[in-house]
Amino acid sequence: MGEPYLIGEAMTGGYGTGADILQGCTIAVERGEIAVIVGPNGAGKSTAMKAVFGMLNLREGSVRLAGEDITQLSPQDRVAKGMGFVPQTQNIFGSMTVEENLEMGAFIRRDDFRGTLAQVYDLFPILKEKRYQAAGELSGGQRQQVAVGRALMTQPRVLMLDEPTAGVSPIVMDELFDRIIEVARSGISILMVEQNARQALEIADKGYVLVQGANAFTDTGRALLANPDVRRSFLGG
Amino acid sequence: MSDRVRGFVLFGIVAVLLLGTGFVQSWNSALLILNMGLVSAVMALGVNLQWGFAGLFNVGVMGFVALGGLATVLVSMPPVSAAWSAGAGRLFLALALAVAVIAAAVLCWKRLRKGVRGWVVALLLIAGFFAFRAVFDPAVALIEAIDPATTGYLGGLGLPVVLAWPVGGLLAAGVAWMIGKVALGLRSDYLAIATLGIAEIIIAVIKNEDWLARGVKNVIGLPRPMPYEIDLQNDAGFVQSAASLGFDATTASTLYVKLGYGVMFAVVLVLLLVLAQLALKSPWGRMMRAIRDNETAARAMGKDVTRRHLQIFVLGSAICGIAGAMMTTLDGQLTPGTYQPLRYTFLVWVMVIVGGSGNNFGSVLGGFLIWFLWVQVEPMGQAAMTLITAGMADGSWLKGHLLDSVQHMRLLTMGVILLLVLRFSPRGLLPER
Amino acid sequence: MEFLNGLVALANFVLIPAVAYGAQLALGALGVTLIYGILRFSNFAHGDTMAFGTMCTILATWWLQSLGVSLGPLPTALLAIPFGIAGCAALILLTDRVVYRFYRRQKVKPMIMVIVSMGVMFIYNGVTRFIIGTEDQNFADGERFLIGAREFKALTGLDEGLAIRTTQAITVVTALIVVAALFWFLNRTRTGKSMRAYSDNEDLALLSGINPERVVMVTWLIVAALATIAGVLYGLDKSFKPFTYFQLLLPIFAAAIVGGLGSPLGAIAGGFVIAFSEVGITYAWKKVLGYWLPDTLAPDGLVQLMSTDYKFAVSFVILLIVLLFRPTGLFKGKSV
Repeated sequence: MGEPYLIGEAMTGGYGTGADILQGCTIAVERGEIAVIVGPNGAGKSTAMKAVFGMLNLREGSVRLAGEDITQLSPQDRVAKGMGFVPQTQNIFGSMTVEENLEMGAFIRRDDFRGTLAQVYDLFPILKEKRYQAAGELSGGQRQQVAVGRALMTQPRVLMLDEPTAGVSPIVMDELFDRIIEVARSGISILMVEQNARQALEIADKGYVLVQGANAFTDTGRALLANPDVRRSFLGG
Repeated sequence: MSDRVRGFVLFGIVAVLLLGTGFVQSWNSALLILNMGLVSAVMALGVNLQWGFAGLFNVGVMGFVALGGLATVLVSMPPVSAAWSAGAGRLFLALALAVAVIAAAVLCWKRLRKGVRGWVVALLLIAGFFAFRAVFDPAVALIEAIDPATTGYLGGLGLPVVLAWPVGGLLAAGVAWMIGKVALGLRSDYLAIATLGIAEIIIAVIKNEDWLARGVKNVIGLPRPMPYEIDLQNDAGFVQSAASLGFDATTASTLYVKLGYGVMFAVVLVLLLVLAQLALKSPWGRMMRAIRDNETAARAMGKDVTRRHLQIFVLGSAICGIAGAMMTTLDGQLTPGTYQPLRYTFLVWVMVIVGGSGNNFGSVLGGFLIWFLWVQVEPMGQAAMTLITAGMADGSWLKGHLLDSVQHMRLLTMGVILLLVLRFSPRGLLPER
Repeated sequence: MEFLNGLVALANFVLIPAVAYGAQLALGALGVTLIYGILRFSNFAHGDTMAFGTMCTILATWWLQSLGVSLGPLPTALLAIPFGIAGCAALILLTDRVVYRFYRRQKVKPMIMVIVSMGVMFIYNGVTRFIIGTEDQNFADGERFLIGAREFKALTGLDEGLAIRTTQAITVVTALIVVAALFWFLNRTRTGKSMRAYSDNEDLALLSGINPERVVMVTWLIVAALATIAGVLYGLDKSFKPFTYFQLLLPIFAAAIVGGLGSPLGAIAGGFVIAFSEVGITYAWKKVLGYWLPDTLAPDGLVQLMSTDYKFAVSFVILLIVLLFRPTGLFKGKSV
């Protein structure tokens, strides 16, 4: 097997001039697959993903997308390269309508994006219904759909989600995971950080368990769920 | 260069500038600049207390300075007894009524339940306003009718003028307390706009309420803490000692009076500077700066941030009031028309920023330096412009225009200085330690 | 008849002047609120920006007049506005390049930006006074009245005259056009939407590939246009004096805050709230009440709540009331 589609390899670094949060951590995702980063609080899960997206400076290691070294690119440039990112909080334009949010997602596209808009509405029918409503007035789950939809508007080849289910009810969470699987089936690689480790690993092709900024366990989602060490330490038995 | 050396060098430069003015222009000008420099330094100390210690953005300095000026009139001028007997009782009744109405409104707002209270309070305030005007207007008319060419106001208390300095501080503190109660605890730019507004209102009141301080008719001939020059010149002893020092009586008298003011102002400045330094080093000062640097954390530690802010806002404004009273004493007259925000608010800000916010000595330095420039930029600009236009034909439109516009150079210069300091030395000439 | 006379007097002395003044304030407040929304600071130089733009327009007006150009019944200044906007935009973009951009890159606290804008204020102030002086400049030409008081009386047979000055009519019409164009731009165009997005959530806007420097530049251009138009309308309606424009800062900020800083709709509402209160409270109501009340109740005094010298107090008190009871303004503004 060749190199994964997106890989952040042996990443070491932290925010600004602060201490290193990541200690040689490696995260990768294959085309059309779902990779999930889990781990205890403060393990550097979000940091690892932000490192892949270029939001902090790496002292060591590199990030490669489809074989191309993108370590030095800014997050904006990575968006142009086909990466989509959904931040954990403040991930929508609250004062703008749902449709405007999606349009802003497509800001860098100069071609006709109505097709993509229709696809997003197909994926999240509720958004079509509420497209002229201010996104800030929607419920938590709907707002997450707007956030994911916005990121999809650039037609990314990798979609990165920072705790997409934080603060939503279990039913909404299941629904959201279903949608994410659907997105992955369309050929988009998914990399996400999750608090709800068990549910996330169930849908994951690949799971990364991070501890103190380093890889503790790496395996398929199913294998990690079956791994007694992982179960004991992170999944509560 | 250590901070201390740097401070000595910079203050040395200011001293050299003042001495240079003395040698090149005249000692009279040098002392004039020194005296207003001292007053400016006090104002800058006040603003520094608010901005440098606590990060409060007060752009109403002009108002507090004007209140100090008003205090000078109210304390030092002789009372106009005819005006007092004509309408003072009625006037104070009106003011008491106004206070009572406001107190009642506040009480209603607190006691009554939601829904009705808005209407009740609004009704109370409207009725109260008309009642107030009904009592107030005739009283004002009576007072202002008393010899309007020279008095037409209540006059003051006839007390020694130096007493006006602390009173000016108290007056400013009172107004600052009221405005702080409302605008502190909200976003920082709201305080800025609120203070900008209150300053305009204070000036409007002083300009228009003739019964208070003659409004734009000005109060001239305020009592002085120093003797009049003419009296000194008629004093044989003074003339003799002046002659023994090699001065003619006229020069000696003006210098003596200005030096006297200078000494008095210097005493106040040193006193306030010592107090400000002690405050800065005290636990209270450290807490203030901690709040300034991280308000959220300070709040989380249980500090009553709004209360602390109110304290320092009142104190800083009081210092501005003291400075205002000193300035009006120096001028010997209150002329409300001359209060301009650019000169009395924003220039003081330039002083604080250029000097170094958070550093009391920096503010004092900024006060002297910027005041010196404010005064001297005009003659310098004049000279430069004369040089520039020397080649142009006499009587040409452009030459005349350029020479006439020189006076606006100082605004431009102040802006450029402020921006240059902010850019290349953002913490000021004497940075906070 | 009495009632109608009262209504006409009211319109003549309160409603029409307040509508014109409100439109001028609204345009000014729109500039302040846009800068606040996009650049995230309160621009103390805004009054002087208006003065500078107006000055450029006046100079262009004189030039056009010297060429013999005229708009007939309309003031020549209308033709000169594009020149004024261009001059103002040039100055603002230069300022941004030389001054503001440095601090923006450093991501300094908003208060530092405010102090920087104070320095800019001094400079604009100096430049404007340097070029045109401190004196009053009246640059309105063309017809003075749309309807004169005498014509109105003859037309309607009422005792009270209604005079609509050309400048008042122009103010309202221009303001309507400008506001409509601005809202169309903000809500319908890609660039306008990207400005709103940037104002709403800067980080996400960057993630979406919106170029902040471009947003900032477009904002300054719009601000230059708004400030110049507001200043010219105010100057045509009253007169141009640099210091007056500096003083407009207070009612303009009051309008922007009352409406909710960062909210364009709020700025417009705030402008009219401030204007109507200011005119209403400083107007002597004797005449209107004399028509409306029965003779026995007719007032003796002027029934002027406050002398016009206290007009700043009015904006200030309204500001305080809003700050006390609704700190984010009538239309929910940004609370950063």
